[in-house]
Amino acid sequence: MSNDRPKIEVRGLRKSFGSKIVLDGADLHVAEGESLVVIGGSGTGKSVLIKTIIGLLEADGGSVKIDGEEVTTMRSRDRDRVLRKIGMLFQGSALFDSLPVWENVAFGLIQGRATDRREAKDIALAKLASVGLGADVAGLYPAELSGGMQKRVALARAIAANPEIIFFDEPTTGLDPIMADIINELVVQCRTELGATTISITHDMVSTRKIADRIAMIHGGRIIWEGPVAAIDESGNAYVEQFINGRAEGPIKMAVRES
Amino acid sequence: MPNNPLALIGRSVLSIFGIAGRLTLFTLESSSHCFRPPFYPKLILHQMVKIGFHSLPVVGLTAIFTGMVLVLQTYTGFSDFAAESSIPIIVVRSLTRELGPVLAALMVAGRVGAATAAEIGTMRVTEQIDALTTLSTNPYKYLIAPRLIAGFISLPLLVAVAEIIGVMGGYLVSTYKLGFNPTVYIQNIFDALETLDIVSGLVKAAVFGFLIVLMGCYHGYNSRGGAQGVGAATTNAVVSGAALILVFNYIITEAFFSK
Ligand SMILES: Nc1ncnc2c1ncn2[C@@H]1O[C@H](COP(=O)(O)OP(=O)(O)OP(=O)(O)O)[C@@H](O)[C@H]1O
Ligand SMILES: [Mg+2]
Repeated sequence: MSNDRPKIEVRGLRKSFGSKIVLDGADLHVAEGESLVVIGGSGTGKSVLIKTIIGLLEADGGSVKIDGEEVTTMRSRDRDRVLRKIGMLFQGSALFDSLPVWENVAFGLIQGRATDRREAKDIALAKLASVGLGADVAGLYPAELSGGMQKRVALARAIAANPEIIFFDEPTTGLDPIMADIINELVVQCRTELGATTISITHDMVSTRKIADRIAMIHGGRIIWEGPVAAIDESGNAYVEQFINGRAEGPIKMAVRES
Repeated sequence: MPNNPLALIGRSVLSIFGIAGRLTLFTLESSSHCFRPPFYPKLILHQMVKIGFHSLPVVGLTAIFTGMVLVLQTYTGFSDFAAESSIPIIVVRSLTRELGPVLAALMVAGRVGAATAAEIGTMRVTEQIDALTTLSTNPYKYLIAPRLIAGFISLPLLVAVAEIIGVMGGYLVSTYKLGFNPTVYIQNIFDALETLDIVSGLVKAAVFGFLIVLMGCYHGYNSRGGAQGVGAATTNAVVSGAALILVFNYIITEAFFSK
């Protein structure tokens, strides 16, 4: 496989809901084995961006290529094949509430890849251990867990099948600082040990600096700045500076301040 | 122009075509997955228990009182002598052809249609359906096809039981209250049984079972926007399920009995 071809390449991606334009020509590329972090204000379309890349939302226009294959116009059989390379952590965890924790984690192995149940359970327990959850949690149902525990289970589920590409939608939101750091470590491990390509979304600049190779900032439906993590402090972009310093004053106007 | 009547009619017609189109696509897509592997026998069985077995109390109650009332009502219209031979025929005919399938299906539409819409609707708004897709599992195949198959199989079984219970109810009132001869009554019942009546009733039941679950799945799958959306989906599932039962009852009756 050629290494100069990006693992994921997004061009001119557009998505609206009714008259509300969320993505207005977003461009993005991620190299194989790279960790990209997408930052941006609340409601700027970060979750919509990755859902449209995966195909959970249908794009209104533009192109998404994964390993050089155009996925927006793909037939469903080919899309299934591409989806097998992908794992995703949902912002709201999205655990199956009818299944116990370990079956949630093992779901993609048992249903999607026809792994033997016993073997899948062992893998699930190992993945749970890696997110700091013991075997005692494995038999509980998602409703019996705290929000932070649910998030970690969802993370274990996203990485259980060792996917080539992993999307993390706010992996550390709702966790205490120590657990957040453990999760950051884990995201880094996915890249260093499994060689996965990762796209993460976060508001958390500590986490961003820890897990990112490169950072992209989304605003107004486009990627307005993109660069290596080392360059974030000298971006020369007023939007980025306002965001990383968390200032209320600046070019970004939050909805509450408009009126 | 919000108040232009022509525009209003035009919009309504368009939206009706839109709904019909989406419903047709949904039906074709989900039915096709009933015939393509992988199948989920465990899920089908689980749903059969939920749809068929757990509906037994309410359907049995409906059936027994319907049978009892049927006897009381028809008795007043006959002389004593004609009643003893006519009532069993009327009870058996109306239960197998009409009342058994229609009443049972309407009760099930309330129970199962609502529960299905609520369950799938909740999975939709909490992104569990999206999560299925990212775990290489087709939601039509995993969530909807097993339910449709279970509805199609369990309703005829349920209706068969309901018919027996209904006839029993009639028997109790006839023998204990009206003082008919039990042996003669049972003999009359067996004479009154017609294959065509039974078959048409069970075909109705199977179609109704499919329709109830289809409406539950369709409205749940397309629900939007949190608890309120799920609530609306539940109501729509029950109302449209009941309406379709009545319409298809006419169509199937016409197909079997019109000369
Ligand atoms: N299914 C949908 N239907 C209609 N509008 C939607 C839908 N999903 C998202 N939106 C809208 O798209 C915009 C972007 O939403 P998105 O969830 O991507 O924000 P986000 O950047 O992930 O925010 P946060 O950081 O709070 O998670 C929001 O204004 C939201 O109202
Ligand atoms: Mg989001």
